[in-house]
Amino acid sequence: MVTFLDWAPLVILFPLLGFIANLFGGARLGRRYAGWLATGAAALAFVVSLLLLMALRENGYQAHLQDFPLLGHWFDIPTANLRIGWQLRVDTLSVTMMLVVTGVGSLIHLYAIGYMTGDSAFVRFFAYLNLFLVFMLVLVSANNFLMMFVGWEGVGLCSYLLIGFWWDQRGGEGWRNSNAARKAFIVNRVGDFGLLMAMFLIFWQFGTLDFYAPTEVANVAWASGATHHSADDHATDDGHAADANEDEHEAADDHTDSPASDGHGESGAPAVHATNEHLATHERGVFGQAEALIAGELPVRAFAGVRLSAEGLVTLITLFLLLGATGKSAQIPLFVWLPDAMAGPTPVSALIHAATMVTAGVYMMVRADVLFYEAAVTSFVVAIIGAATALTAGFIALGQWDIKRVLAYSTISQLGFMVAAVGVGAYVAAMFHLVTHAFFKALLFLGSGSVIHGVEHGHHHVHDAHGVHEGESTSHHEDGFDPQDMRNMGGLAARMPLTYLTYLIGTLALAGVFPLAGFWSKDEILADAWRLGIEKAELSGYLTLGLLLAAAAMTAFYMWRQVELVFHGRARSEAAAAAPESAYTMTVPLLILAVASVLGGMLNAPHGVLGLDRLFGAHSLTNFLEATVRHAHAGSFVFWLAVLALGLAVLAILSARSIYGQGRGVSETGEDALQANGNLISWFWQLANRRLFWDEFYERVFLRPYQALARFFAQTIDWDFWHNYVHDDVLRAGFNAAGRFLARPVDMGLVDGAVNGVARLIQSLSARLRRTQSGYVRAYALALFLGTLLIVILMLLPLAGSGG
Amino acid sequence: MGAIQIEHYLMLSAVLFTLGVLGVLLRRNAILVFMSVELMLNAANLALVAFARHWGQSDGHVFVFFVVTVAAAEVAVGLALLVTIFRTRQSINIDELRMMEG
Repeated sequence: MVTFLDWAPLVILFPLLGFIANLFGGARLGRRYAGWLATGAAALAFVVSLLLLMALRENGYQAHLQDFPLLGHWFDIPTANLRIGWQLRVDTLSVTMMLVVTGVGSLIHLYAIGYMTGDSAFVRFFAYLNLFLVFMLVLVSANNFLMMFVGWEGVGLCSYLLIGFWWDQRGGEGWRNSNAARKAFIVNRVGDFGLLMAMFLIFWQFGTLDFYAPTEVANVAWASGATHHSADDHATDDGHAADANEDEHEAADDHTDSPASDGHGESGAPAVHATNEHLATHERGVFGQAEALIAGELPVRAFAGVRLSAEGLVTLITLFLLLGATGKSAQIPLFVWLPDAMAGPTPVSALIHAATMVTAGVYMMVRADVLFYEAAVTSFVVAIIGAATALTAGFIALGQWDIKRVLAYSTISQLGFMVAAVGVGAYVAAMFHLVTHAFFKALLFLGSGSVIHGVEHGHHHVHDAHGVHEGESTSHHEDGFDPQDMRNMGGLAARMPLTYLTYLIGTLALAGVFPLAGFWSKDEILADAWRLGIEKAELSGYLTLGLLLAAAAMTAFYMWRQVELVFHGRARSEAAAAAPESAYTMTVPLLILAVASVLGGMLNAPHGVLGLDRLFGAHSLTNFLEATVRHAHAGSFVFWLAVLALGLAVLAILSARSIYGQGRGVSETGEDALQANGNLISWFWQLANRRLFWDEFYERVFLRPYQALARFFAQTIDWDFWHNYVHDDVLRAGFNAAGRFLARPVDMGLVDGAVNGVARLIQSLSARLRRTQSGYVRAYALALFLGTLLIVILMLLPLAGSGG
Repeated sequence: MGAIQIEHYLMLSAVLFTLGVLGVLLRRNAILVFMSVELMLNAANLALVAFARHWGQSDGHVFVFFVVTVAAAEVAVGLALLVTIFRTRQSINIDELRMMEG
C-alpha cells in the first residue's frame, strides 16, 4: 500500500534544495527572495511533517522505514555483518521532533528575514539555516546510531558556522565570535567521544547499529494492546502535534505497567506485527536485543578478555551516551559552550541553541529509553546531572546582564529539567517539556532579538539625529555601545508593545505559571520525580524533586528580573528611549509562538484536571509517543505539587518584582539591586555574575595544563628538540660536515688532484721537452747525425760480436 | 803499389762524407750547408759507383742517377727558398733562422 509515508524523504529534500539553491543561486536571486526561498523550504518541510503525521495516523501509528531513493546502503560489508542503510524512520517520536524542528524552524526563518535585513551575508545565513534543518532532520529521522551521528555532527557543524557567523566584525568582536564557535565545536567533541564509544560498544555487543529491524515493533505491549487506534482520533487545535484518544488513556495506563501480556494476539492491519516473535533475537535492532540481553537470553560478549555483566554493559553504554548528551544538550560538565554560543545571530540562538539542536541529547536518550530504563546507575547519574545543571544554570542566570546570556543559562537549566526527566524515567515528560520549551524559549529568544534589534535601531537613530552616522547599519556596535546589555534598556514596554506582550507570555510560560505550557510540562517532570521517590523509594526521585523545585523558583525569579530590567521602569539609554517596534516578519512569528506557548500544555493535558482533558484529550502526547517509546507512561497530576510549584513561581516573581520593580533594578553606578545590597546576598550575586567561576575553573584545570602540554610539545619537543636539535644540530650539521668532507678532501683533493696532477705532469714534461726544439738547425742536424750513428752502431754491433 | 782498389774509393768517399757532415754541423752559412749536403750526397754517389764497378752490377749506377736527379731538384727548391729568405731577413745565417723554436 502506497501511503504518504513513502514520501518521507521529502522532509529532508526540501531544506536540502533550499540550501543548494541559496548556496549557488542565492546571490543571483537577490536578498529578499533568498530569505523567502529558505523560509518556503522550511515551511514545505513542515507541511511534509504534518502530512507524515496524518499518514502515520492512517497507519495505526506503526513505524515506517523508508529508504532514501538512489542512495542505497551506506555500508554493506557482508563479511563483517555490517549493514548500515540510509533509512528514514517515521514513527511517533521522530515525527514529534520533525514537527518541532520544522514548525519552530519555519517561524524562525520567517523572523530572520526581518532580523537579518541589511546584513552583508544575508544569503549565506539562510543557506546555513536550511543546512541546519537538513542535518537536524537527518538526526531525528535516523534508524541507526551512525546516521543519527551524521546528523549529530552536521548540526554541530552548522552550529559552528552560525555561532561564528559574524567572524569578520571589527575591533576584536569577530575574534570573540569565532572563538565562541571554536569553543562550542571543541567542547562538543568531548561529548562526541562519548557517543562514539557508546556506538562502538553497541556494535561490539549487538552487531548492529539499527534502532529497530524493519518489521520490528518498538513497543510490543502497545502494539498488542492498543492497535485499535483509529481514524476517529481528532487533532488538537494548535496545529502542532498529537492526536487525542480520550477514552483510551486508562487502558494505556494499564498495559504499560504490565508489558507483553498477550504477545500472540495479532490484531489490526495484516501487515502489522504485534509481536517481535517472527524475528530471532539476533535479527532485532539494538533495543530489542538489549531487552533480551537484560533478560539473559543473549550472552554478553567479552571485550579484550573482560566480560561485564549485562547490567554493567548497559550501564557503560548509557554512561557514554550520557556523555554525548551532556555535550550536545549542554549539561554539567560540558555546558560551558552554550552561553558563548550567544555570539551568533539571535535567530540562530533561538533555533539551534534553544529550541532544536540542543534538545538532540534529550531526544537521543528518549530514543534509547530501553537502555536507560534498564541501567539504574546511569538513570541515577542522569537525574542528578540534569537536576544539578538545572539548579546551577538557574543560579548563574540570576547574575547576568546580557539579555541573551540570561536566556542561554535558562536554556541550560531547562535542558537540565529534560535530562532529569529522563533520569527519573519520565521519558514522555522529557519530550513534552522539550516541545513546550521549544515554543516558549524560541519565543523568548526571538523576543530578545526583537529587543536587541530595536535598541540597535534606536542607537543608530539617535546617532543619525546627532549627525554621527556611521555607514551601514550592518556594522554592529563598533562604538562600545552594547545593545544586549540590559543596563542599556528599560521602559521598552511602551516602545515595543507586541514584543512586550509576547515576551511576557514567554516568561510566564517558562516560569511555569498556570495555565501556560511550561506549567504543565514542568509539573509532569516534578510529579514523575515525586512518583519515583514515593513509589520506588529511590533517593534520586527526592533529590531531583528538591533541586528542580529550587531551579523552578530561580527560573521565575531571573525571568521576571529580566522583564523588569528590559521592559519596565524608564529607559536607561537614549537608544532604548528611541527603540522602534520590529517589522511584521519578526512580530508575526512572535505571535504564533506566543499562542503555541499558551496552548502547548494541552498537548499532554493530565487526566481529570479542570475538565481540560475533555476539551483537549488526556495524555495525548503520551498516547502518541507510546507507540515508539517502550517505557512511556502517563504522568500523574499531583495536585499539591502543582500548587507548590506554582506558589514558588508566583512568590519568586513577586519578590523579583519587589526588588527590581519601579526601576530599582539598576543603581546609578550600573550595579544590580542585589549587588548593591552589600552583604551575603551581594556575595552570592557576584558569584552568579561570575558564572560560579566555572570557566575560570576549567581554564585552570583543563585549559592551562592543556596549553602547557601543547607548549611543551610545540616548544620543547617540536622546536627545541626536533627543529633545533634534530634538524639543525644533527641533520643540518651532519649534512654540512659530510658535504664539506666530500667537497674538500674528496672532490677538490682526490678527484681534482688526480686530474690536475696529470695535467701538471704533462705540462712539466712538455716544458722540458720543448727546450729540445731550439730552432738551431745545426742542433737538429747533429741529432739526426747522432741518431743515424746510433742506428748504424746498433746495426753493426751484432756483426762485430759474431764476426769479431 | 798496385792498382787503385775499391778500398781507396771507399776511403775517399768516407772522407768526403765526413767533411760534408762536419760542414753541415759546423757552418752557419746556409749556402755552405747546402754545399756540404751536396758533398755528402756525392760521397754516397762515389761509394755507390765504386761498389757498382766492383761487383759488376748496374744497380749502383741507377741509384746514382736517381740521387743526382733528386739532388738537382733539391738544390733548385732549396736555393729558391734561400733567395726568398734572404729577401725577407737580409741574412742566410741559419742560427738566426729560428722562428720555429719550441
